[in-house]
Amino acid sequence: MAAGTRTQTTSIQELVDRMLSGDRAAASRLMTIVENRRTGYREAMRLLMPHTGRAQILGVTGPPGAGKSTLVNELIKAYRQEGKTVGVVAVDPTSAVSGGALLGDRIRMLSYYQDPGVFVRSMASRGQLGGLAAATVDVARVLDAMGREVVVIETVGVGQDEVSIAGLADTTLLVEVPGMGDDVQAIKAGVMEIADVFVINKADREGADRLANQIKTVMRLLPQAEDAWIPPIVKTVAADGTGIPELLAAIAKHQEYLSAEDRLEKQRRARLQTEVLDRARDLALRRILSRVEQSGELSRVLNDLQARKIDPATAARMLVDDGQ
Amino acid sequence: MVAKSPSELDEQVASSEAGRKIRVLIAKPGLDGHDRGAKVIARALRDAGMEVIYTGLHQTPEMIAEAALQEDVDAVGLSILSGAHMALFPRVMEELHKRGLNDVIVYAGGIIPDDDIPAIKEMGIAGVFGPGTPMQEAVRFVQENVQPRHSMEEED
Repeated sequence: MAAGTRTQTTSIQELVDRMLSGDRAAASRLMTIVENRRTGYREAMRLLMPHTGRAQILGVTGPPGAGKSTLVNELIKAYRQEGKTVGVVAVDPTSAVSGGALLGDRIRMLSYYQDPGVFVRSMASRGQLGGLAAATVDVARVLDAMGREVVVIETVGVGQDEVSIAGLADTTLLVEVPGMGDDVQAIKAGVMEIADVFVINKADREGADRLANQIKTVMRLLPQAEDAWIPPIVKTVAADGTGIPELLAAIAKHQEYLSAEDRLEKQRRARLQTEVLDRARDLALRRILSRVEQSGELSRVLNDLQARKIDPATAARMLVDDGQ
Repeated sequence: MVAKSPSELDEQVASSEAGRKIRVLIAKPGLDGHDRGAKVIARALRDAGMEVIYTGLHQTPEMIAEAALQEDVDAVGLSILSGAHMALFPRVMEELHKRGLNDVIVYAGGIIPDDDIPAIKEMGIAGVFGPGTPMQEAVRFVQENVQPRHSMEEED
């Protein structure tokens, strides 16, 4: 049988119906369609959206080697014990050279292969049309629509993209480890602001207390609103489960905080605004680009700019206003 | 550094998105003690621009099929050294079929005697690569056997 019969003979509507009735292969295929934004993407999202918004979305981010996958595995175990279904989107970096990727996060999450209540999907970090954050959140939406009660998004927290993904979660865990050489650097990288819970993993290593103190110090420097959430610091050793109950309690407490005073709805609204504006910006830019290229306006403007007849700000305005 | 013109950038985008990235699961069924070969092939496929999911040693047929389902892969490469291929491969195929994954290309590599190859192909395993197979041959096999699934029109 030729590759692709599953979609060639199946409409998006059928795939969505099958997914909603619990067909995991249909869900998996929908994830591929939304990740790649290919034929069927718009229809898939239109049909999926009404079924989303019910999952609790957890973001897990931190530097490579912090033990994120092992920690996520512990979270899966704990939520399964509570009887909750879990979905995971694990993002790994794409090689800048080949465009390929080696996705190995599953290795640490294998204990649940026979448990239909767990679904793990790996994603590569580059090459998505419209950006990684949008693709990741769309894949997470399929898991949400499937009825997963908890959806975990795991990313390497090094770039802006990853920070923006973490920003899409209801609760974001920032995982650090002691003794990585440049503790302060890890904290300075602009990811502090997104943490709802700090996790010091591998806390049996030397320097865990020092790292905790550094985090506290940096946190004091951040602007704090009156009733702002103060991110707790939880020490864990994910490899043996130490500190996982405390971590779950910290997450639950943040959820409680969010559920009070309509905070969750406000936060989600703000995030949807960011998402839709990002998408609108991408769309507008691509439309402008294709128009000014075809009309030759881009090359004319560049000529004038290079000859110093106009300035870059004027050039940009000319491109945007061209044809309006 | 000369900045790329928009049309060059577009071409780059077009070529990288001409097809969705090929996704391959590299799996090690059974009790093999090491996975050197599997890792080498995983890297070669990655270097050829594919997305490779690797799940480590000691996989049961159920685990392999379930990973193939959840990751929606185009191909599954089975790497085996232990000699248990005639027992494990049919079970992998059965588990894949059970999940409706009839369109996934399955191929195998490792220590596999030539005499077993016809029977393995009979199981629906499309390619068998023994020791000494040039890496490029295995890569080409995946590139040539995975077909685009559906219309790849971009939607935003």
